[in-house]
Amino acid sequence: MQEKKVIESEIEKGYFAIGGEFSSRLKKILRRLGVDSQKIRYLAIIAYELEMNLIIHSDGGRISAHISSNVIQIISKDSGPGIKDIKKAFQPGYSTAPAEIKEMGFGAGLGLNNVEKFADNLNIKSEAGKYTILKAAVNLSTQS
Amino acid sequence: MKLEEIIKKTDMEILNIADSNGQVKGCYIGDLLSRVMAEAQKDEIWITIQGHQNIIAVSLLADLSAVVVVEEVEIEEEAIKKAVQKGVTLLRTDKSAYQLAKELSKLGV
Repeated sequence: MQEKKVIESEIEKGYFAIGGEFSSRLKKILRRLGVDSQKIRYLAIIAYELEMNLIIHSDGGRISAHISSNVIQIISKDSGPGIKDIKKAFQPGYSTAPAEIKEMGFGAGLGLNNVEKFADNLNIKSEAGKYTILKAAVNLSTQS
Repeated sequence: MKLEEIIKKTDMEILNIADSNGQVKGCYIGDLLSRVMAEAQKDEIWITIQGHQNIIAVSLLADLSAVVVVEEVEIEEEAIKKAVQKGVTLLRTDKSAYQLAKELSKLGV
Protein backbone atom coordinates (compact mmCIF):
# COMPACT_ATOMS: atom_id res chain seq x y z
CA MET A 1 0.00 0.00 0.00
CA GLN A 2 1.38 3.34 -1.04
CA GLU A 3 1.81 5.85 1.74
CA LYS A 4 -0.42 8.84 1.29
CA LYS A 5 0.34 11.18 4.10
CA VAL A 6 2.83 11.70 6.90
CA ILE A 7 2.48 14.22 9.66
CA GLU A 8 5.10 14.78 12.30
CA SER A 9 6.01 16.95 15.18
CA GLU A 10 9.05 17.71 17.28
CA ILE A 11 8.42 17.19 21.01
CA GLU A 12 10.47 18.99 23.59
CA LYS A 13 11.16 17.48 27.00
CA GLY A 14 9.06 18.97 29.77
CA TYR A 15 7.06 21.24 27.48
CA PHE A 16 3.59 20.37 28.76
CA ALA A 17 1.91 23.22 26.89
CA ILE A 18 2.17 21.36 23.57
CA GLY A 19 0.85 18.06 24.97
CA GLY A 20 -2.05 17.00 22.75
CA GLU A 21 -1.29 19.37 19.85
CA PHE A 22 -0.05 16.59 17.56
CA SER A 23 -2.91 14.27 18.54
CA SER A 24 -5.49 17.01 17.88
CA ARG A 25 -3.96 17.71 14.47
CA LEU A 26 -3.99 14.00 13.64
CA LYS A 27 -7.59 13.69 14.76
CA LYS A 28 -8.70 16.57 12.54
CA ILE A 29 -6.94 15.09 9.51
CA LEU A 30 -8.43 11.63 10.11
CA ARG A 31 -11.89 13.14 10.44
CA ARG A 32 -11.43 14.95 7.16
CA LEU A 33 -10.34 11.68 5.55
CA GLY A 34 -13.53 10.04 6.79
CA VAL A 35 -11.82 7.46 9.03
CA ASP A 36 -14.18 5.49 11.31
CA SER A 37 -14.77 7.44 14.55
CA GLN A 38 -13.86 4.51 16.81
CA LYS A 39 -10.51 4.13 15.02
CA ILE A 40 -9.93 7.87 15.35
CA ARG A 41 -10.53 7.53 19.08
CA TYR A 42 -7.97 4.71 19.35
CA LEU A 43 -5.41 6.66 17.34
CA ALA A 44 -5.97 9.85 19.33
CA ILE A 45 -5.41 7.96 22.59
CA ILE A 46 -2.24 6.29 21.28
CA ALA A 47 -0.87 9.55 19.90
CA TYR A 48 -1.63 11.43 23.11
CA GLU A 49 0.02 8.83 25.32
CA LEU A 50 3.14 8.81 23.15
CA GLU A 51 3.27 12.59 23.05
CA MET A 52 3.03 12.77 26.83
CA ASN A 53 5.64 10.02 27.22
CA LEU A 54 8.06 12.08 25.11
CA ILE A 55 7.33 15.18 27.20
CA ILE A 56 7.56 13.41 30.55
CA HIS A 57 10.20 10.74 30.07
CA SER A 58 12.40 11.45 27.05
CA ASP A 59 15.18 13.92 26.42
CA GLY A 60 13.08 15.10 23.49
CA GLY A 61 12.06 13.39 20.28
CA ARG A 62 9.70 13.20 17.33
CA ILE A 63 6.27 11.77 16.84
CA SER A 64 4.86 10.98 13.43
CA ALA A 65 1.77 9.41 11.89
CA HIS A 66 1.96 7.50 8.63
CA ILE A 67 -1.45 7.40 7.04
CA SER A 68 -2.42 5.00 4.28
CA SER A 69 -5.84 3.75 3.27
CA ASN A 70 -5.73 0.54 5.32
CA VAL A 71 -3.41 1.20 8.23
CA ILE A 72 -2.21 4.13 10.29
CA GLN A 73 1.09 3.84 12.09
CA ILE A 74 2.24 6.19 14.82
CA ILE A 75 5.97 6.31 15.48
CA SER A 76 7.63 7.88 18.46
CA LYS A 77 11.42 8.25 18.44
CA ASP A 78 13.62 9.83 21.02
CA SER A 79 17.28 10.22 21.75
CA GLY A 80 17.22 8.86 25.28
CA PRO A 81 17.38 8.08 28.07
CA GLY A 82 15.97 4.70 26.97
CA ILE A 83 13.87 2.22 28.92
CA LYS A 84 15.84 -0.01 31.27
CA ASP A 85 13.23 -2.73 31.57
CA ILE A 86 10.61 -2.78 28.81
CA LYS A 87 8.64 -5.61 30.40
CA LYS A 88 8.29 -3.61 33.60
CA ALA A 89 7.33 -0.47 31.69
CA PHE A 90 4.27 -2.34 30.37
CA GLN A 91 3.17 -3.46 33.82
CA PRO A 92 0.01 -1.55 34.77
CA GLY A 93 0.78 0.86 37.58
CA TYR A 94 4.54 0.81 37.04
CA SER A 95 5.90 4.31 36.55
CA THR A 96 9.19 6.13 36.84
CA ALA A 97 7.52 9.55 36.76
CA PRO A 98 8.38 11.94 39.60
CA ALA A 99 5.79 12.88 42.24
CA GLU A 100 4.94 16.29 40.78
CA ILE A 101 4.07 14.69 37.44
CA LYS A 102 1.91 12.11 39.20
CA GLU A 103 0.03 14.88 40.97
CA MET A 104 -0.96 16.21 37.56
CA GLY A 105 -2.66 12.90 36.81
CA PHE A 106 0.14 11.64 34.57
CA GLY A 107 2.63 8.91 35.32
CA ALA A 108 0.04 6.51 36.67
CA GLY A 109 1.73 3.68 34.84
CA LEU A 110 -1.13 3.33 32.36
CA GLY A 111 0.21 5.09 29.27
CA LEU A 112 1.93 2.20 27.54
CA ASN A 113 -0.96 -0.07 28.54
CA ASN A 114 -3.32 2.23 26.69
CA VAL A 115 -1.08 2.15 23.64
CA GLU A 116 -1.02 -1.65 23.80
CA LYS A 117 -4.77 -1.85 24.37
CA PHE A 118 -5.78 0.29 21.41
CA ALA A 119 -3.09 -0.67 18.86
CA ASP A 120 -3.42 -3.69 16.57
CA ASN A 121 0.35 -3.93 16.31
CA LEU A 122 3.00 -2.67 18.65
CA ASN A 123 6.75 -2.71 18.37
CA ILE A 124 9.19 -1.18 20.80
CA LYS A 125 12.96 -1.02 20.80
CA SER A 126 15.05 0.71 23.38
CA GLU A 127 18.59 0.90 24.58
CA ALA A 128 19.26 2.29 28.03
CA GLY A 129 21.08 5.60 27.79
CA LYS A 130 20.50 5.84 24.05
CA TYR A 131 17.05 5.77 22.46
CA THR A 132 13.51 4.43 22.34
CA ILE A 133 11.53 3.78 19.16
CA LEU A 134 7.92 2.78 19.48
CA LYS A 135 5.69 1.92 16.54
CA ALA A 136 1.96 1.42 17.04
CA ALA A 137 -0.41 0.63 14.21
CA VAL A 138 -4.17 0.60 13.91
CA ASN A 139 -5.71 -1.31 11.01
CA LEU A 140 -8.53 0.50 9.30
CA SER A 141 -9.87 -2.48 7.44
CA THR A 142 -10.81 -4.59 10.48
CA GLN A 143 -13.85 -4.06 12.72
CA SER A 144 -13.42 -2.01 15.91
CA MET B 1 -30.47 16.79 28.65
CA LYS B 2 -28.80 19.80 27.07
CA LEU B 3 -25.55 21.01 28.60
CA GLU B 4 -26.97 24.52 28.93
CA GLU B 5 -29.83 23.29 31.09
CA ILE B 6 -27.52 21.19 33.26
CA ILE B 7 -25.21 24.15 33.86
CA LYS B 8 -28.18 26.28 34.98
CA LYS B 9 -29.71 23.63 37.23
CA THR B 10 -26.44 22.73 38.96
CA ASP B 11 -25.34 26.36 39.20
CA MET B 12 -21.90 25.78 37.69
CA GLU B 13 -19.57 28.64 36.90
CA ILE B 14 -18.78 29.00 33.21
CA LEU B 15 -15.15 29.70 32.33
CA ASN B 16 -15.69 28.91 28.68
CA ILE B 17 -18.65 27.58 26.81
CA ALA B 18 -18.35 25.91 23.43
CA ASP B 19 -21.50 24.00 22.49
CA SER B 20 -24.18 24.62 25.09
CA ASN B 21 -26.84 22.99 22.90
CA GLY B 22 -25.12 19.63 22.89
CA GLN B 23 -26.84 16.71 24.59
CA VAL B 24 -24.99 15.26 27.56
CA LYS B 25 -24.83 11.47 27.41
CA GLY B 26 -23.27 10.69 30.79
CA CYS B 27 -20.62 11.54 33.32
CA TYR B 28 -17.11 10.34 34.10
CA ILE B 29 -15.21 11.12 37.30
CA GLY B 30 -11.44 10.74 37.47
CA ASP B 31 -8.09 12.45 37.79
CA LEU B 32 -5.72 9.99 36.11
CA LEU B 33 -5.55 11.31 32.57
CA SER B 34 -4.69 8.02 30.88
CA ARG B 35 -7.73 6.45 32.44
CA VAL B 36 -9.97 9.35 31.45
CA MET B 37 -8.72 9.10 27.86
CA ALA B 38 -9.44 5.39 27.73
CA GLU B 39 -12.71 5.24 29.66
CA ALA B 40 -14.65 8.50 29.29
CA GLN B 41 -17.07 8.41 26.37
CA LYS B 42 -18.08 10.98 23.78
CA ASP B 43 -20.46 13.68 25.05
CA GLU B 44 -19.93 12.88 28.70
CA ILE B 45 -19.28 15.50 31.37
CA TRP B 46 -15.89 14.95 33.01
CA ILE B 47 -15.55 15.77 36.69
CA THR B 48 -11.98 16.24 37.96
CA ILE B 49 -9.76 17.95 40.50
CA GLN B 50 -7.04 18.61 37.90
CA GLY B 51 -6.88 22.30 37.05
CA HIS B 52 -3.90 22.42 34.68
CA GLN B 53 -3.86 23.04 30.94
CA ASN B 54 -3.58 19.41 29.86
CA ILE B 55 -7.21 18.72 30.86
CA ILE B 56 -8.23 20.74 27.80
CA ALA B 57 -6.35 18.46 25.39
CA VAL B 58 -7.84 15.36 27.07
CA SER B 59 -11.36 16.79 26.88
CA LEU B 60 -10.90 17.69 23.23
CA LEU B 61 -9.38 14.35 22.23
CA ALA B 62 -12.02 12.33 24.04
CA ASP B 63 -14.86 14.44 22.55
CA LEU B 64 -16.23 15.24 25.99
CA SER B 65 -19.17 17.52 26.48
CA ALA B 66 -17.49 19.57 29.21
CA VAL B 67 -14.83 19.41 31.87
CA VAL B 68 -15.85 20.45 35.38
CA VAL B 69 -13.18 21.28 37.94
CA VAL B 70 -14.64 20.69 41.39
CA GLU B 71 -13.80 21.18 45.06
CA GLU B 72 -12.48 24.74 44.84
CA VAL B 73 -9.42 23.64 42.91
CA GLU B 74 -7.56 26.51 41.32
CA ILE B 75 -7.61 26.49 37.54
CA GLU B 76 -4.47 27.60 35.70
CA GLU B 77 -4.89 30.71 33.58
CA GLU B 78 -3.34 28.72 30.70
CA ALA B 79 -6.12 26.15 30.98
CA ILE B 80 -8.79 28.82 30.55
CA LYS B 81 -6.92 30.34 27.60
CA LYS B 82 -6.61 26.92 25.96
CA ALA B 83 -10.29 26.15 26.52
CA VAL B 84 -11.23 29.36 24.69
CA GLN B 85 -8.69 28.73 21.93
CA LYS B 86 -9.68 25.09 21.33
CA GLY B 87 -13.42 25.44 21.90
CA VAL B 88 -13.69 23.27 25.01
CA THR B 89 -16.38 23.89 27.62
CA LEU B 90 -14.69 24.49 30.97
CA LEU B 91 -16.78 24.76 34.12
CA ARG B 92 -16.13 25.11 37.82
CA THR B 93 -17.98 24.46 41.03
CA ASP B 94 -17.12 24.45 44.73
CA LYS B 95 -19.16 21.28 45.23
CA SER B 96 -17.48 17.93 45.71
CA ALA B 97 -17.33 15.43 42.87
CA TYR B 98 -19.84 13.29 44.78
CA GLN B 99 -22.31 16.14 45.35
CA LEU B 100 -22.18 17.19 41.71
CA ALA B 101 -22.53 13.60 40.50
CA LYS B 102 -25.62 13.17 42.71
CA GLU B 103 -27.18 16.28 41.20
CA LEU B 104 -26.36 15.14 37.68
CA SER B 105 -27.88 11.78 38.41
CA LYS B 106 -31.09 13.42 39.63
CA LEU B 107 -31.24 15.33 36.36
CA GLY B 108 -31.13 12.03 34.50
CA VAL B 109 -27.52 12.24 33.31
